[in-house]
Amino acid sequence: MSTVPVSQLVEPSVSVKPKLAPSPAVAADPAPIKVSIQNLNFFYGTHQVLRNVSLDVPADQVTALIGPSGCGKTTLLRCLNRMHDLYPGNRYEGTITLQPGNTDILGPGMDPIQVRMRCGMVFQKPNPFPKSIYENVAYGLRLQGMNRRRELDERVEKALREAALWEEVKSRLHQLAHNLSGGQQQRLCIARAIATDPDLVLFDEPTSALDPIATSKIEELIVELKKRVTVIIVTHNLQQAGRISNMTAFMYLGELIEFGETNRVFTNPSKPQTEDYISGRFG
Amino acid sequence: MLDRWFGRIGMLLTLATLGVLAVLLLNLAMNGLARIDWQFLTTFPSRRAAEAGILSAWAGTLLLMFVTAVVAIPFGIAAGIYLEEYAPKNRWTDLIEINIANLAGVPSILYGLMALGLFVYYFQFGQSILSGGLALACLVLPIVIVATRESLRSIPSTIREAAFALGATRWQAVWHHLLPYSTGGIATGVILAMSRAIGESAPLITIGALTFIAFLPPAAITSTPPFLSVEWLFSPFSALPIQMFNWVSRPGEQFHANAAAAGLVLMVITLSMNGAAILIRSRAQRNIKW
Repeated sequence: MSTVPVSQLVEPSVSVKPKLAPSPAVAADPAPIKVSIQNLNFFYGTHQVLRNVSLDVPADQVTALIGPSGCGKTTLLRCLNRMHDLYPGNRYEGTITLQPGNTDILGPGMDPIQVRMRCGMVFQKPNPFPKSIYENVAYGLRLQGMNRRRELDERVEKALREAALWEEVKSRLHQLAHNLSGGQQQRLCIARAIATDPDLVLFDEPTSALDPIATSKIEELIVELKKRVTVIIVTHNLQQAGRISNMTAFMYLGELIEFGETNRVFTNPSKPQTEDYISGRFG
Repeated sequence: MLDRWFGRIGMLLTLATLGVLAVLLLNLAMNGLARIDWQFLTTFPSRRAAEAGILSAWAGTLLLMFVTAVVAIPFGIAAGIYLEEYAPKNRWTDLIEINIANLAGVPSILYGLMALGLFVYYFQFGQSILSGGLALACLVLPIVIVATRESLRSIPSTIREAAFALGATRWQAVWHHLLPYSTGGIATGVILAMSRAIGESAPLITIGALTFIAFLPPAAITSTPPFLSVEWLFSPFSALPIQMFNWVSRPGEQFHANAAAAGLVLMVITLSMNGAAILIRSRAQRNIKW
């Protein structure tokens, strides 16, 4: 599938410059850096997918990764929680430093399991486990060794509240997650990802399988989430990036072309490729 | 036109197949049903057909199945998990894969020959329940492996990734998610494997199962410490298909009736195992849809 043309975006009124709902806080002191990606190269076997990507992701903001299909944005996202380690033949070069603790995610002694416990992930299609709603949210906590019932109950409720799902499911926590609607399932997956208080939440096109109403709920939720956690989101939907992100990174052919405040990247891109992509001339 | 004819012919062939099966069962029932009673199930075989029973045969079958299950289930599931979730995909594992598929098609008598050489003579297990159970376990191992792999493969990779993304190790992903979600498929495969094993006679004859046996293997539970005995594993044995084979090859209508009765017992066991497999599959999948 090629990139969705602008004319097919969720909002029918096509404005080249999308409305910017959350205007980024242009404060005097810039937000501290949460993740610093330096000179990242990534290879599937001998095929190089990411080329010398360097990017500083600010803390407690929403950073969007945009670009045409195959540009490497999902690949970049999946470097951040070392998902590529699950498949043979993949290779990273460079450093990704996660705060707090100056952890080099790609460092030689780094256990990918530890990385994943600090970086939650939400996938394209809702993928709840075929277990109860409660067990879905509690799973990450259980993996981290929490097994006292009361503590788990509290954390599950907190996560479900933060995912704006608590009111809808509080009476049926022990029913199967698959009985929920698609949008509810995706919010459940968000609750599952944030239950462990991760440093970072990675969203991989989280609304691509959802209808517009469910999509807008997820978007509201993401904007809400950045108050307490750093969010990186890959999206095909430019207007979505415009609506919810503070920072936008435009990628093309495995390279980071442009990175800056969303407002600025969308209204006044500094690179011609960015402008072409944003104005719908290719992609 | 062609479609309609194909449909009709197909239906006819299906009915013919089912008809043959029905006639077979009916015939078996007509010949054997009258012989099945408590006495038949609880006495040893005898030279006099009317007094003969299948006690030693079904006891042997039960013990054989126990050995087969204890060996084939854990090995088969473990091998399936390894091949599907752990093994790297390279030429070596491709070779293993192809050969497992081939092993499922090897004639059962060859397993008997292998067991005769390996278990009976080389390991000195003798013509025993242990040798027979191991032979049958080898025979059905590929079925268990293939069933395990197929039900693991039917779990979408997004579920694996969901578990890994939360920080699960491969071991945790297998035990918390993949195995529970594939229990239905694996259980079905295991039961089908067992119902294949229960009807096998060729490998058992090859390793030297007895056709006339008037005693039971020593009990597994004893009255003296350590209260458990494995002596029964090394006992000679018979089994239902062997007993049938023996009775069929004797002259005399009455022995043939005995054979039909034993066959009926075997059929009932096999069919109810298959029924259980269907039931388990539908139960387990009720809560799981992808």
